[in-house]
Amino acid sequence: MQRKFLIASGLTLLGTAGAAPALSAELTISCGAVGAELTLCEQGVEAWENETGHDVEIVSTPNSSTERLSLYQQILSARSGDIDVLQIDVVWPGLLANHLIDLEETLGEDAAEGHFETIVANNTVDDRLVAMPWFTDAGVLYYRKDLLEKHGVAPPETWQQLTDIAVEIQAAEREAGNDKLWGYVFQGRAYEGLTCNALEWVASHGGGTLVDADGEITIDNENAATALDLAASWIGEITPRGALNYTEEEARGIFQSGNAVFMRNWPYAWSLAQSEDSEVAGKVGVVKLPHGPNGESAATLGGWNLAVSKYSENPELAADLVAYLTGEAEQKRRAIEAAYNPTLTSLYADEEVLEAVPFFGTLYDTFTNAVARPSAVTGDNYGRVSNAFFNAAHGVLTDEQDGADAVAELDSELSRIKRRRW
Amino acid sequence: MSTSATDSAPREGRTAKAGYRGTKVRRQRVRAAWTYLTPMLVALALVAGWPLLRTFYLSLTDASLSDTAGAAFIGFENYLVYDDGAWYGLLTDPVWWNAVWNTVYFSVVSVSLEVVFGIVVALLLNAEFKGRMLVRAAVLIPWAIPTIVSAKMWAWMLNDQFGIINHLLMALGLIDAPLAWTADADLSMWAVIMVDVWKTIPFVALLVLAALQMLPKDCFEAAEVDGIHPVKVFFRVTLPLITPALLVAVIFRLLDALRVFDVIYVLTSNSTSTMTMSIYARQQLVEFQDVGYGSAASTMLFLIIALAVVVYLYLGRRQLGVDQ
Repeated sequence: MQRKFLIASGLTLLGTAGAAPALSAELTISCGAVGAELTLCEQGVEAWENETGHDVEIVSTPNSSTERLSLYQQILSARSGDIDVLQIDVVWPGLLANHLIDLEETLGEDAAEGHFETIVANNTVDDRLVAMPWFTDAGVLYYRKDLLEKHGVAPPETWQQLTDIAVEIQAAEREAGNDKLWGYVFQGRAYEGLTCNALEWVASHGGGTLVDADGEITIDNENAATALDLAASWIGEITPRGALNYTEEEARGIFQSGNAVFMRNWPYAWSLAQSEDSEVAGKVGVVKLPHGPNGESAATLGGWNLAVSKYSENPELAADLVAYLTGEAEQKRRAIEAAYNPTLTSLYADEEVLEAVPFFGTLYDTFTNAVARPSAVTGDNYGRVSNAFFNAAHGVLTDEQDGADAVAELDSELSRIKRRRW
Repeated sequence: MSTSATDSAPREGRTAKAGYRGTKVRRQRVRAAWTYLTPMLVALALVAGWPLLRTFYLSLTDASLSDTAGAAFIGFENYLVYDDGAWYGLLTDPVWWNAVWNTVYFSVVSVSLEVVFGIVVALLLNAEFKGRMLVRAAVLIPWAIPTIVSAKMWAWMLNDQFGIINHLLMALGLIDAPLAWTADADLSMWAVIMVDVWKTIPFVALLVLAALQMLPKDCFEAAEVDGIHPVKVFFRVTLPLITPALLVAVIFRLLDALRVFDVIYVLTSNSTSTMTMSIYARQQLVEFQDVGYGSAASTMLFLIIALAVVVYLYLGRRQLGVDQ
């Protein structure tokens, strides 16, 4: 009796398993978990599932972009189809292009119409559109409106002003009993995020962008050294020493619990800082990053794209998911709910978006003119270049050497790397 | 395989026929030995020999992770090459030598501390007291927790803003401001060593404890009767007797420490102030996709560990010789 039942149910199972692929396919997507990313991704994916009847599994990946890249490289170089849709950073298309499908082939020639042209160009490798823009990013300066008003100061325009204001407010507030308050937090861990921060300091001091468009190494200059020295002077004074091991989320943790006057972060932190459980809801302002005496404000271009693995078993379906997630409705929802910058120009004039994230309008120029990391010109070697740069910057921040020595050493290190084919 | 003493000794006294039979038996034994050994030798060649040889071969190529098939043979260029008036290659890379120094420093300091604390813990556990079994089990906990888990746990405890270690130290009045344990270049190596020592004391303690339990009781009783100071007894009697066990513990720990990866990677990531040879090799292999150069680093790592073991065994044997 029982045996018969087992056999019967076994057959039923076999039947459903055999029939399943024809009815609905299973896809996997890896999306980030920084801030509200995971929830947003889950909601977007669920909407697509309901629309199409397919199943999508979300694979969790490391928060640190450096580590996420390593994971992708291992999976892709093993030609594994474990992940169908990959969320990839703006500096990776060149590195991963060989493993990704051409989305224009599956989604049509006009797949990327309406998106920022610079990002589309960035994602096009050898005339193949290897990734669809999902959201763009640029570093911005968050500040505590209430504290600046209380002390009668305006948001800073230069790094020196930021330093002075931070010193003043931190001292006054600590005197008044708020002894956990720090002046400025940023991403100081030796990882890709520090490359973004340090590039902003250097570029906004008129120190160039490490490597120029022709592939010449430009980092060994006085302005770059000054910029790094200034940053090093913050550590232990207005920035906790622990910031030398902070990524985005650790910095946000300090700021959002009300323990920092200024924070450098990406736009995503806005909606979280405004959320109900945030200590600083309603007290936060956002402006563009400060600049040095010889330069203009610079924000590092960031942003994430969605790509489809060449080794996917259902590339067309995966491309459809990508098209849905990067489509207008989904980008608008992400902008309103969690302040992720759309890559569709039209959304920057959308009233609902501007109401939810007022600074999108005022910082539009910052987002469109952000400074690119030298990933295109250094190609496969970008990882090494970035690594050398963030380690040099980290060395200055930890007082192992001063700015001038660090940029000189970095210059010779980059020459070594350049010699190895870039 | 080889002729054992029991096998060859009686043969000499036998007749020619017995000698013939002896050789036959011996042949059979040799054949049986090979039959039993072959699977293991094949398995070893596959899982240890082949990867090792392949790593060594790859270190002589410019292979990249995205394209290992199209690698070109470049000789020893990954190690050392003279080009355009300057030397290049792994052996001229200051980051690599920094990693070598970090590894040696980490290994020597952490293994020394582990041995000292391990002996102390083992002596405590060897004493007769109530609830000894419970304490022995409790001491094992750090060793039982997977390294990744304990490293992450310590990363939170060592956090500069909300970590419990800073909280405790401040409550005790030992420091006035929170310390950035895993970020500060001066502190991070010590933080890493501390976590490693915490984790591996139980291992050393267990080995030493096993040795202590094997010791003959009579010489300790004799020492007690003679009224010799316990410290003197420890250094003159206990320590020499447990030295063989200690040597085993040290070699195990040394091998682990020289190729340390997980605890450091979790606590301080790629930071150069704590970067070890394994972390350097991983960075080249995975992050920079440079399989050739990374394999050169791995090969060097292998050679350095092999050298350390040879030196250690040589010194260890001399030490034992003196004792005898």
